[in-house]
Amino acid sequence: MTAIDPTAHLTAEQIEELGRELDAIRDEVIADRGEKDAAYIRKVISAQRKLELVSRGVLLFSIFPPAWIIGTAGLSVAKIMDNMEIGHNILHGQWDWMRDPKIHSTTWEWDHVSPADQWKHSHNELHHTYTNVIGKDNDLGYGIMRVDEDQKWHPFHLGQPLWNFLNACFFEYGIAAYDLELGKNLHKRRRKNPEFRARAKAVGRKIRKQVLKDYVIHPLLSGPSFLPTLAATFTANLVRNIWTHSVIMCGHFPEGVQVFERRSIKGETRGQWYLRQMMGSANISGSRAMHFMTGNLSHQIEHHLFPDLPSNRYAEVAVKVRALFEKYELEYVTGPLPKQVFSAWHKVFRLSLPNRKPKVKTPDREKELVAA
Amino acid sequence: MTSAALRSRAWKLLEMVTTPLLPSDYLDLVSPLRAGADLRGRIEAVHPETGDAATIVIRPGRGWRGHTAGQYVRIGVDVDGVRLWRAYSITSPTNRQDGRVTITVKAIPDGKVSNHLVRRAKPGTLIQLDLPTGDFVLPQAKPAKVLYLTAGSGITPVMGMLRDTEFDDVVMVHCAPRPQDVIFRNELHDMVADKKLRLTEVHTDTDGMLDIARLDGLVPDWAERETWACGPAGLLDAAEEHWSEHGVQERLHTERFRPSIVVAGDGGEVTFSATGKTVDADGATPLLDIGEEAGVLMPSGCRMGICFGCITPLKAGAVRDLRTGEITEAEPGVLIQTCVSAAAGPCDIER
Ligand code: FES
Repeated sequence: MTAIDPTAHLTAEQIEELGRELDAIRDEVIADRGEKDAAYIRKVISAQRKLELVSRGVLLFSIFPPAWIIGTAGLSVAKIMDNMEIGHNILHGQWDWMRDPKIHSTTWEWDHVSPADQWKHSHNELHHTYTNVIGKDNDLGYGIMRVDEDQKWHPFHLGQPLWNFLNACFFEYGIAAYDLELGKNLHKRRRKNPEFRARAKAVGRKIRKQVLKDYVIHPLLSGPSFLPTLAATFTANLVRNIWTHSVIMCGHFPEGVQVFERRSIKGETRGQWYLRQMMGSANISGSRAMHFMTGNLSHQIEHHLFPDLPSNRYAEVAVKVRALFEKYELEYVTGPLPKQVFSAWHKVFRLSLPNRKPKVKTPDREKELVAA
Repeated sequence: MTSAALRSRAWKLLEMVTTPLLPSDYLDLVSPLRAGADLRGRIEAVHPETGDAATIVIRPGRGWRGHTAGQYVRIGVDVDGVRLWRAYSITSPTNRQDGRVTITVKAIPDGKVSNHLVRRAKPGTLIQLDLPTGDFVLPQAKPAKVLYLTAGSGITPVMGMLRDTEFDDVVMVHCAPRPQDVIFRNELHDMVADKKLRLTEVHTDTDGMLDIARLDGLVPDWAERETWACGPAGLLDAAEEHWSEHGVQERLHTERFRPSIVVAGDGGEVTFSATGKTVDADGATPLLDIGEEAGVLMPSGCRMGICFGCITPLKAGAVRDLRTGEITEAEPGVLIQTCVSAAAGPCDIER
């Protein structure tokens, strides 16, 4: 968080012009979207399934250490692919245009304890609409952390490095609880709400199935390799959780990313919405393999601008988006994974303590635009 | 335990192994045409028929249950990555030895699927299939005399009949612009040479459209014949009128290809078919707002096109994407984002 609004130099007209330029980038991709893209997602899905199948097969013999290592590594990668490049993106509707009912946001289910429809609501709807708006976007700290100086400090926050670490290890459960808005719903009265109960039941069902598969059925199928297989699936889930948690932290938490006040988004124009996405997200730089394993969320800025464009297009879109950042003299927050992870964690630690400096205000677009 | 019960138990267990996917998701990788899979087919060959028509040879999956001569099948083809469904008459006989079926497709101007199939489809491609259907078929009892009256690609279901069942006395009157536009021309002439068929070709480029009154001259005993007619609406309307005028309408069987003609306009009457409400909409207001104002329960989320929380089946008509101007026409399985779509003519939203 900076003391000065990094977008203060833009006039209202410039912001709308920026919006139009971004719309043009989106239209270009949509006009050109086609067979190659469809072939891409089908190939990724098929590769993921084969990898998972082979890894689980190898784990049947995980009593032998090399098999354990290969199977665990393969399963970890398969789970990451399932959640990131495939699940996250399909559930965003990125592939709905194909009209293939099997690769569609309304039918897809993922290897995750949060049921797809609940995740879609909290993620697609709340997080992507209210990106980085304090009090509206719960992704800012998942309701358990303080991630900006503007948020009030509470002694509870002293423990947030620990909460964050635990959340990373059991991230999928954290997400499920978060999608359920568990904290808010635990009050006696809310717990009885039939709508909440139905959703909680759905989560319970999903957890039961997932746990049964990973920790009972597959180990049992492995016979003498029962324990090693159990350990392998646990490890794969842990790896996947820590990885996705890290990637997601890099999307909105590194230093340089802006947060916004609730009232600053009232009557927001399309251009202002775009600008908020630009300032509220951060990228990860790296190789193509790196982008793939993050589900192209390494292109978080582009993803937030165009959440429904196919993920395989973010790399080419990024070049144009970055040029716009330069043109409008805005900071494109990006860096290699270790740097961004460190930056995000650093912030978690820093904000676990009360503010050192006097409180500075979050940019308030509305006021500035009136002034401008 | 019966073997069926045993199998269903085993399947349940398999589902636990593969959750959240289904065992079939994995089986599809290796054997998409197996019994029990969603019905699909594989294109095995594409044979050109005329300049703008081709026959597609399809190996159907194990779930295929055969067809009756004259029926059509809906197929789902991916064109530029988008799955589109169309219906085509089956042109192969029911007793084809290798179990393959064929459809014969004429590329129509701007027809996405027909042009794709005729000009770009590659052997090896998987397509989606429905079971064959349609009641434009031959009767159980053989009629003594038969007339086939066809025009253009209307010949396709009739070709399926001709190849399937031989009759003692068959006459065909077929209209096409020029001789080289007659689909299956060589095969028809072979049949004529073998005395299996009497054929009159009407070349409309030189002879003009077929005037149904000319039938008396071409096939004097037409009224005694069991007749199957397929072609453009104009021809079929004229035939129906002609046959009823002569009081023999029960001898006439017609098949109409209904190309869904959607005229994309600006706004129109919106029907919310699940609720039974109909309201007028302009071309600029999102259907989400239109529905809510009419008191229809509309799912929604971001209201700006990013969350896909508002998607709803478009049953009929066309809508315009307010961001790109793109028109989406109703087809089975088509879903639209109501928050960024406006009526482009009359349409039917399933809410
Ligand atoms: S309400 Fe979010 S896409 Fe329509």
